[in-house]
Amino acid sequence: MAKTKSKDVLLTPIFSDNPIALQVLGICSALAVTSKLETSLVMCAAVIFVLALSNATISFIRHHIPSSIRIIVQMTVIASLVILVDEILKAYMYEISKDMTVFVGLIITNCIVMGRAEGFAMKNSVKASFLDGIGNGLGYSFILLLVGLLREFFGSGSVMGYPLLPLASEGGWYVPNGLMLLPPSAFFLIGFIVWGLRTWKPDQQEEH
Amino acid sequence: MRRDSVANTLLVAGVLCVVCSVLVSITAVSLRERQDQNAEQEFYRNILECCGLYNETVDINQVYTDKIERRMVELASGQFVGPNVIEPDSYDVKEALQTEGQYNLLERSRDKATIKRQEKYSFVYLYREQGELKQVILPIRGYGLWSTLYGFISLDANLETIEGITFYDHKETPGLGGEVDNPKWKQQWQGKVAFDREGKVKVEVVRGRASDPSYQVDGLAGATITTRGVSNLVNFWLGPDGFGTFLDKRPFLETLSTGGD
Repeated sequence: MAKTKSKDVLLTPIFSDNPIALQVLGICSALAVTSKLETSLVMCAAVIFVLALSNATISFIRHHIPSSIRIIVQMTVIASLVILVDEILKAYMYEISKDMTVFVGLIITNCIVMGRAEGFAMKNSVKASFLDGIGNGLGYSFILLLVGLLREFFGSGSVMGYPLLPLASEGGWYVPNGLMLLPPSAFFLIGFIVWGLRTWKPDQQEEH
Repeated sequence: MRRDSVANTLLVAGVLCVVCSVLVSITAVSLRERQDQNAEQEFYRNILECCGLYNETVDINQVYTDKIERRMVELASGQFVGPNVIEPDSYDVKEALQTEGQYNLLERSRDKATIKRQEKYSFVYLYREQGELKQVILPIRGYGLWSTLYGFISLDANLETIEGITFYDHKETPGLGGEVDNPKWKQQWQGKVAFDREGKVKVEVVRGRASDPSYQVDGLAGATITTRGVSNLVNFWLGPDGFGTFLDKRPFLETLSTGGD
């Protein structure tokens, strides 16, 4: 496989073919875990891990998977990896895993993972699939981190739990925007990001 | 063997299931101990936080074992029960609430905390400093806006004023009802007088600013229903349907000489 192609596989999902902004996959978790940057970060790491490994595993066994049960096979691989991540988080990052509650488990139903397994890993080599997983994970992370950053900054006046804006409730001047802490605000933010991306790259606009 | 043949389908499904389940089981079993420790630490930390013993430098296990004593109380009689009635190490309130005979159904008129089912036996935690009773920590719970809030409230040794309150599990709105976790707000509880002269629960959360600072706690802005829930659940658990009988009988005063379990 040519070098440029690996690079493309890795990088196009970030801006040109972003799983959230263009493919509109994985929106649910983008709303749920982005009220703080820290949880967004852990979620991104978890999704990259699951995506890369599930893509690689499925690509590795793609010639043996009978087409009648291929979706179930993909689900089983993904579910096992997600349980693995969940168990590890509970053991080593207990505080954060408490904040993320069910959403780690819900990576199983994150459409990005399934979508890449079915749409890419079933047809491509292990290496390309692995990179595609990382690339799509990064594309997902790009949106998630941006949303998490904005929501935490405007909603709590802090970044990574470190206070930047003095809050009115603690004697400062900043009255936090409560909407930013609620899931719908992520819809607005993602909407703005999609708008921005499609203005920058007009070929992403849909035909009318 | 063709890829889409029945035999191959069964083979792939079988092998995949075995590999995946072995992988998942190994992880679960090997991490179990660490996870249990985390959960236990978290629990201890909440109790210590409630009675003001916690800061980031303390050794949680050490302080907990040195200063906190766990006892089992029968809520109706207000008396301690020994391990002959209920084995404390295997007792779990959440399990008891699902087990016929171990809980009481509350009538709606009495169910101020909106918990529907109330356990017959509950743990209480006694905080002692060199044998002298300092605080009594009681588990509390009740419904807020979206969820049941689980926490602890701690009373001083005279059972008159509140020393601390903390919630370890709830799903209230972050930034609004979720501010029940705000240390500044929790601090307001400290020193509030819990009961009036007749022994009725008087401490409450009011909307807006407290007018009587010895009994009232400021409400949280934008969280009227959550704070009303907190007010009700404190009232319930400190009152006659909660730990009221236990607080009246004070069985822990007698155990001081015997040393407890």
